[in-house]
Amino acid sequence: MQVSIAWLNEWLEKPVAADALAAQLTMAGLEVDAVVPAAGAFSGVVVGEILSCDKHPEADRLRVCQVSDGEKTLQVVCGAPNAAAGLKVPFATVGAVLPGDKKIGQAKLRGVESFGMLCGASELGIDVEGDGLFVLPADAPVGENLRAYLQLDDTLLELDLTPNRGDCLGMRGLAREVAALNDMALCEPAIPAVPATIDAVPAIRLESAACPRYAGRLIRGVNAKAPSPLWMQERLRRAGIRSIDAIVDVTNYIMLELGQPMHAFDVAKLEGGVCARMARKDERLVLLDGSEKTLSADTLVIADDNKALAIAGVMGGEHSGVSEATQDILLESAFFDAIALAGKARQYGLHTDSSHRFERGVDPQGQCRAIERATRLLLDIVGGQAGPVVLVESAAVPADVTVGLRHDTITRVLGVTLPHTEVAAVLERLGCQLSATGEGWQVAVPSWRFDIRREVDLVEEVARVYGYNRLPVAAPRYAMQLKPQSETRVSEDRYRDCLVDRGYREAITYSFVDPAFQQRLLGRPAAVMVQNPIASDMAAMRLSLWPGLLKAVLGNLHRQQQRVRLFEIGLVFEGQEADQQPRRIAGVACGLAQEPHWGGKGRPVDFFDAKGDVEALLALSGAGRDIRFEAAVNPSLHPGQSACIRVDGQVVGWVGALHPQLQQQLELTGATYLFELSLNPSGSGKLPSFKNLSRFPETRRDLALVLDSTVPAQAVADAMRELAGEHLKALDVFDQFTGAELGENKKSLGFAMVFQHPERTLTDEEITSVMDRIMQGMSDRFGAIVRT
Amino acid sequence: MDNREAWVAEALAAVAAAGSVADLEQVRVGWLGKKGRVTELLKALGQLPAEERPAAGAEINVVKEQIQQAITERRDALEAAAIGERLSRERVDVSLPGRGELPGSLHPVTRTIRRMRAFFEQAGFDVAEGPEIETDYYNFEALNIPAHHPARAMHDTFYVDEGRVLRTHTSPVQIRVMQSAQPPIRIICPGRVYRCDSDVTHTPMFHQVEGLLVDEHTSFAELKGVVQDFLAAFFEKPLGVRFRPSYFPFTEPSAEVDIECVICGGSGCRVCKHSGWLEVMGCGMVHPEVFRHAGIDSDRYQGFAFGMGVERLAMLRYGVNDLRLFFENDIDFLKQFA
Repeated sequence: MQVSIAWLNEWLEKPVAADALAAQLTMAGLEVDAVVPAAGAFSGVVVGEILSCDKHPEADRLRVCQVSDGEKTLQVVCGAPNAAAGLKVPFATVGAVLPGDKKIGQAKLRGVESFGMLCGASELGIDVEGDGLFVLPADAPVGENLRAYLQLDDTLLELDLTPNRGDCLGMRGLAREVAALNDMALCEPAIPAVPATIDAVPAIRLESAACPRYAGRLIRGVNAKAPSPLWMQERLRRAGIRSIDAIVDVTNYIMLELGQPMHAFDVAKLEGGVCARMARKDERLVLLDGSEKTLSADTLVIADDNKALAIAGVMGGEHSGVSEATQDILLESAFFDAIALAGKARQYGLHTDSSHRFERGVDPQGQCRAIERATRLLLDIVGGQAGPVVLVESAAVPADVTVGLRHDTITRVLGVTLPHTEVAAVLERLGCQLSATGEGWQVAVPSWRFDIRREVDLVEEVARVYGYNRLPVAAPRYAMQLKPQSETRVSEDRYRDCLVDRGYREAITYSFVDPAFQQRLLGRPAAVMVQNPIASDMAAMRLSLWPGLLKAVLGNLHRQQQRVRLFEIGLVFEGQEADQQPRRIAGVACGLAQEPHWGGKGRPVDFFDAKGDVEALLALSGAGRDIRFEAAVNPSLHPGQSACIRVDGQVVGWVGALHPQLQQQLELTGATYLFELSLNPSGSGKLPSFKNLSRFPETRRDLALVLDSTVPAQAVADAMRELAGEHLKALDVFDQFTGAELGENKKSLGFAMVFQHPERTLTDEEITSVMDRIMQGMSDRFGAIVRT
Repeated sequence: MDNREAWVAEALAAVAAAGSVADLEQVRVGWLGKKGRVTELLKALGQLPAEERPAAGAEINVVKEQIQQAITERRDALEAAAIGERLSRERVDVSLPGRGELPGSLHPVTRTIRRMRAFFEQAGFDVAEGPEIETDYYNFEALNIPAHHPARAMHDTFYVDEGRVLRTHTSPVQIRVMQSAQPPIRIICPGRVYRCDSDVTHTPMFHQVEGLLVDEHTSFAELKGVVQDFLAAFFEKPLGVRFRPSYFPFTEPSAEVDIECVICGGSGCRVCKHSGWLEVMGCGMVHPEVFRHAGIDSDRYQGFAFGMGVERLAMLRYGVNDLRLFFENDIDFLKQFA
């Protein structure tokens, strides 16, 4: 909301300065976003009258005007397309200074002398819609200084009001607040009732509790063509409202002044009386903005006997609106229930000054004041004869509210004991009426403060006016508590650190991804879609961290990065329930396995680099668990380089090379490796449990086996462990190769076994017997041949 | 032994001529070995008359010791030379880069959340997390934002379904915790939140850290204390902090917190829009209606809550001038936070 300080000051006992007021309001919870002058800094500009306007002899787009400055007639060359004889416009005379320190001198434009400049609004730093010259009212006094004429020496405050302070969405409410903050009197203009000069009354019926109060009045014989006065147009302009015609301008002006939105109907268009009722299902209405709406049955409308005339509190209909031909009007000043109107404008894609106010709440006691004030202005501006005000009310009119306030509650909430007198003074300044009780007060809340309904609301008011920054500061006091901490739980941070130490950088990608890309990558559609995405390629909730990470990789490769290692931790969305949003950790690596090094030619990253990173993560809590990498098919991954990861039989994730087809589609030049694990992939860690160290020597035996190339090393190692008995201390694959000398589809695997007994030295015979058993088993189970 | 001096001279010459430890060993064997020339002389002593033996023996021993000493000295010299040669051969250019992986880096948002967590964990707060697709009830209703409340317009909400949204703040976690735990409660809730807004200063996803303290006795004064201490700790300097009345449906009284601009020190600059102040968080006393939804007796307990945007604080702390950089994942950006 934009507020003119000059206007505000008319309501105050003593004028306030714009900057001080801005600071005060901000610190009282009515945030001022900006303090701006009502017009730019300029001087030497007067009201000019264009006496004649002729084509420039040398330039098609220029005109040569004869302009009166009130004393003399001067020749001015002007480029504005709307320049025309008879118009009154701002005239910057020779010697004028325009905003931006632009000095106006005598000039020659394409050979024609020009003595000054005719101005558009933007050239004067005035915020008005439309291009070309700023056309002034026909009765503007030629020669008068423009600043004085338009009273431009004014400052505007841009207020960003919180939704609870609907009471300040009008000059009266804001002035009341400023007066309370400064402990000064409010200079409220008297609004006497305008006596009826005709008997005509509107028929008004209330059929819905959403409209508990409706004031209506007929005014007959108006001159709808009368212009609205300049002062009113200026006030509307400074509040950011366009002038339409005198009748609409008056209703808008009342809204700005008193905070009560109003509407005027053309009586000639009404069939019978008016009624506030819920819309009939699929009832249609063409609004003032020309749009046609199909109404839903939860929408309050103002209707005549046959049809809806307006969406109550939101916008009037085109048909029943005032026009130049209007002679008789019905003025509406109604109270609509905020909850009933909430969201209605939005439902129809609208947001109006009226709906903004009704949704936040208007003073339920302000309707008659507004209609009297509007009548006075209308009679003055457009003439006519007013009938009596008809006020119709239902039992749903909000009752007066009284809230109990305990002095002790203030102390308890704020942590400070404020004097009773100070508390009472603050609340009284805000318009409350207090009666003392044993514990504090019964506070009668003024009708416009519909946001105050509870004791804490009053506490906030006291704190707000007293000043938050005057309230004390304390350190919280609570009993120290040593909380249990699981030693076996591996924190998410530990996983992060592990990957960071292995050279990965952490990425954070959006949780919504391109649905098409995700489906192509994962081979299945998203489980959850965003209904109102920012963009269509951000519409699917991710099923995996891979789409986002791959996009990040592509971005980096496009920025000439050669080697990318990224990881992310975040939720994926298998469904909408809380337990369908598991947390995952995923990584991607492409480019060289290591940073280029002088010691040798680097090699590209491969499956076992990625697997090593996964093993490192699993090792954080995997001690004693059965961790397996099984060849398995995943639509994202290369079928020959993809493993499903199981911990104690449960699938916890995948690792592998991006499928070459996808790699090609994404124009990734090198192989790209991906992994994704659920968190925590191997559950809790194990509490260390000490076993006695053996002081007897270890014996190492190597065994090289020639096997079918399809036999997984894991299966062989599992069998060896089983056959080796309890004294096998370690088993490692130390060698793997293939070659012609082994035969087609054969490979050689070398295993190193270490044996140790806890209490004695193992004999050669014992070990040989174990080795024989292993070799026999290898031959039986895998057809393995021992290579010697 | 008539030619003692000649013997010594000959032996010393041989020692000096030995070019390696191996050559020297041959010389030693030749003179002092089991069949060496000096050893042979000693063996021959037995053939001398008994009265001559002591003198002759002593004389031979002098020769032996002279030769032995020369050999020892020569060996030391040769070994020193050999090590010297090895050392110079094995010299490396220590300025060449080492081998192996250097650490990567945490995302600045994670880094910032970790610092925030550390401050609060030290003060006895626990960390709580929750789902990011939330029900309307937890995201709005339980926080005293009923359907069509104008405050909903303050949250540009992403909807996924009737009654389900991408959470617009981490406050729903507070409700979930309060419903499942008994006071005293001290938690912070870090996490991703979503708002349907995207421009130079808004991204549709960002991070918040919210805090909640519920106890029998706490107050706005304690809230101010915690917030001030946190901000001073976060920026590692005492800062001007001010509390401005504001409105959040879930707190009453509510406040916005401004800090003295960390860029210009309060004198006014582009970042603080020449006000000298930067808005960094919202806070307030937990609204009785929120306690009602959470099943906490608001006559017995009081609470305060605060919430801040992580990216906002990270930008101020690290001088990042474009919010969108946080989600572009440009390695050149990420590595600045190593």
